[in-house]
Amino acid sequence: MREREREREREEVSESSSSKSRGGSCTEGLENVLENVLENVLNFLTSRRDRNAASLVCRSWYRAEALTRSDLFIGNCYALSPRRATARFTRLKSLTVKGKPRFADFDLMPPDWGAHFAPWASALAQAYPWLEKLHLKRMSLTDHDLSLLADSFAGFRELLLVCCEGFGTPGLAAVASKCRLLRVLELVESVVEVEDDEVVDWISSFPDTQTTLESLVFDCVECPINFDALEALVARSPSLTKLRLNRYVSLPQLYRLMLRAPQLTHLGTGSFSSTEAAAVSDQDPGYAAAFEACRSLVCLSGFREIWVDYLPAIYPVCANLTSLNLSYADVNAHQLKSVIRHCHKLQTLWVLDSICDEGLQAVAATCKDLRELRVFPVVAREETEGPVSEVGFEAISQGCRKLESILFFCQRMTNAAVVAMSKNCPDLVVFRLCIIGRYRPDPVTLEPMDEGFGAIVMNCKKLTRLAVSGLLTDRAFEYIGKYGKLVRTLSVAFNGDTDLGLKYVLEGCPNLQKLEIRDSPFGDVALRSGLHHYYNMRFLWMSTCKLTRQACQEVARALPRLVLEVINSDENAGDDIQTLYMYRSLDGPRRDAPRVVTILH
Amino acid sequence: MRRQKGPSLHMTWSCFLKINAPHSHSASGPSNGWVSVSHSCPPTRGTFSFKAAVTATDTTTKVKMESRSVIYANHLNLKATELRLGLPGTTEEPKKEKTVHAIRNNKRQVRQTSEESISISKASHVHTPPAKAKIVGWPPIRSYRKNSLQESEGDGIYVKVSMDGAPYLRKIDLKLYMGYPQLLKALETMFKLTIGEYSEREGYKGSEYAPTYEDKDGDWMLVGDVPWDMFKTSCKRLRIMKASEARGLGCGV
Repeated sequence: MREREREREREEVSESSSSKSRGGSCTEGLENVLENVLENVLNFLTSRRDRNAASLVCRSWYRAEALTRSDLFIGNCYALSPRRATARFTRLKSLTVKGKPRFADFDLMPPDWGAHFAPWASALAQAYPWLEKLHLKRMSLTDHDLSLLADSFAGFRELLLVCCEGFGTPGLAAVASKCRLLRVLELVESVVEVEDDEVVDWISSFPDTQTTLESLVFDCVECPINFDALEALVARSPSLTKLRLNRYVSLPQLYRLMLRAPQLTHLGTGSFSSTEAAAVSDQDPGYAAAFEACRSLVCLSGFREIWVDYLPAIYPVCANLTSLNLSYADVNAHQLKSVIRHCHKLQTLWVLDSICDEGLQAVAATCKDLRELRVFPVVAREETEGPVSEVGFEAISQGCRKLESILFFCQRMTNAAVVAMSKNCPDLVVFRLCIIGRYRPDPVTLEPMDEGFGAIVMNCKKLTRLAVSGLLTDRAFEYIGKYGKLVRTLSVAFNGDTDLGLKYVLEGCPNLQKLEIRDSPFGDVALRSGLHHYYNMRFLWMSTCKLTRQACQEVARALPRLVLEVINSDENAGDDIQTLYMYRSLDGPRRDAPRVVTILH
Repeated sequence: MRRQKGPSLHMTWSCFLKINAPHSHSASGPSNGWVSVSHSCPPTRGTFSFKAAVTATDTTTKVKMESRSVIYANHLNLKATELRLGLPGTTEEPKKEKTVHAIRNNKRQVRQTSEESISISKASHVHTPPAKAKIVGWPPIRSYRKNSLQESEGDGIYVKVSMDGAPYLRKIDLKLYMGYPQLLKALETMFKLTIGEYSEREGYKGSEYAPTYEDKDGDWMLVGDVPWDMFKTSCKRLRIMKASEARGLGCGV
């Protein structure tokens, strides 16, 4: 082996020596050798942060890293042009692209703002014929884009579309029919356009032969599907382990599918109720038995229109469940208890606040291994009281000590409960508390919620993501700036007193990447205080704050690589800025902005 | 089973304000249909304040030309900002958020109104929540998720209907019906049964089934006991019970 290696090296050196006679140097050959070695070594690097670091060592490392990167992550599709990406990374197999900022989910952006996938699609089609995986989030893509993908990548395996829109069933059909090696097709919280006369039976578009499908997720598709075709598809997909159905699949239909695929590990149950037609001939065919037969089931979701009487059918699998999503199911405390008391292994739980504090207490009592909890509100508006409160919140903190991520909607919360959680759950990485009542103080002490959030940043030393709410003064932000050294994402809404608040954060949080602020009294002074940091951030969003156009212009001039998008729907707003969306870009301002967007330079 | 509830006292002041709402809303608007009005007044510590970042969504959604004018109750003739006691539901949208679509030149009017409303609420010494103007994107829940739950975001009041003995659910939109007779007829058609006549004294005596509903407090009531408008806003879900089971429910005052 060694002999051969030495021989190869000699060959390479001699090659370069001959190039020497053409004017090259001896070191060139050595460099080639080193680059080869380096490439082999770098192949083992998977983390993109490690790779980014490696690429900065020197030019040769930069080149070697570029050649060996197979998975590219682009956090903001407008941070660079597609051409720049394809020019640098020539051997990609997998690409992730994210588009709109998160606040676009809440209608805070004009609908035609951008994040069009088309330019990426054509660049990718040309550059990477062997592309295998594409993961898009908050991008706008059309059926044409999907067709292009399907046509261009013979070995395509995985398509994940999260919070995307602009495409419909024709695009899905194109992917299903042409991507013969498809393993993963996942549509998560995406809007699939459904014009009645244009709905295509995409399920029937999968090839007739046995498929390589491992994951089929379409719970967000809001149109009926061809069930017989689906059943046949499941039957000829022996590798299928992940199946999430939409709400047009009824309980009897689910039953049939489960019989076909007892190997499932992840199941989205669809509506979990019956249509009238099915009910006529329906006796309970033994739903519990079907669940029992799925011995590998660890993740359960769906329950879109749950008929609660049938919830007990899932009892047989509860003991093995690590993830349960009941966030579309209006179940009360009693009904939840009957399920949750079996779920000792649960690590992820998404529920509605219909379970009340009592339900949360039951979760705390059983789910000692819980890592992630999300509690969504049934009533999505401000009320004086709600079904969950600091009582349930504190119970969770007492019972679920390993908690790492929490998203909690409520109408009232106390500092004491938040402080308790900060102490009981030191492993928290994500803390998102949404007190729906804006400007609401601690109902017991009538103090602002500063101390609670302060305790979180102080005691949870691994915290990287934070969303605040309630009545907050600058003090809360002082705490965040002082203690939130690892915070990368911060969401602020209807909080704060003066510019100082934002200043504390911008000056104190060196790892801040994504800052989204709405309806808070931060202005120009605060904006200027972040000039030293903006190039390190993915984006800054500020809407309905106190920024002036002039200050934004100053920033644009001071930092030429920043793109400042000003969205003023009101034409005559004068100097006031309604929305500022600011991000760094290597290739200057985009050219596809709608009329409502002004790009400052 | 709880007894029928009497009329409750509500001072929902937000219903009783009259705003000189725009009578013309230009349907064309800015070409992208995205209009926004916002004004922010930082709160003083410890008080509620009215802040509305109010934005109309795109023109593909129905544009509501709601003025926040007072809806006259059955037999009272009310002036604009008079406070009164009244049953919930006897005004058009008592507790729901109203979407305020105001174009630029009405900004001031909206603001005035809000100050008006705050002073009124203070004067009344009633602890009511702040004006429920609809705030875009708050709380931060994706519309996709909101649409899946029973929320009457203006377009319909969807409630689930279940029937004893039938293992399936239906959903109906209460907004489609003018009153109880139509609702009952619809239920009869949907479930292929007869419900019969409602009488205050005897409920649904004589029929096999009785329609009941769960109200906002979680109580199960007989359908028909309260005024229609009150029912519409307090009904969470419907259940068609076997008449024998429904006997415990309140019937008549």
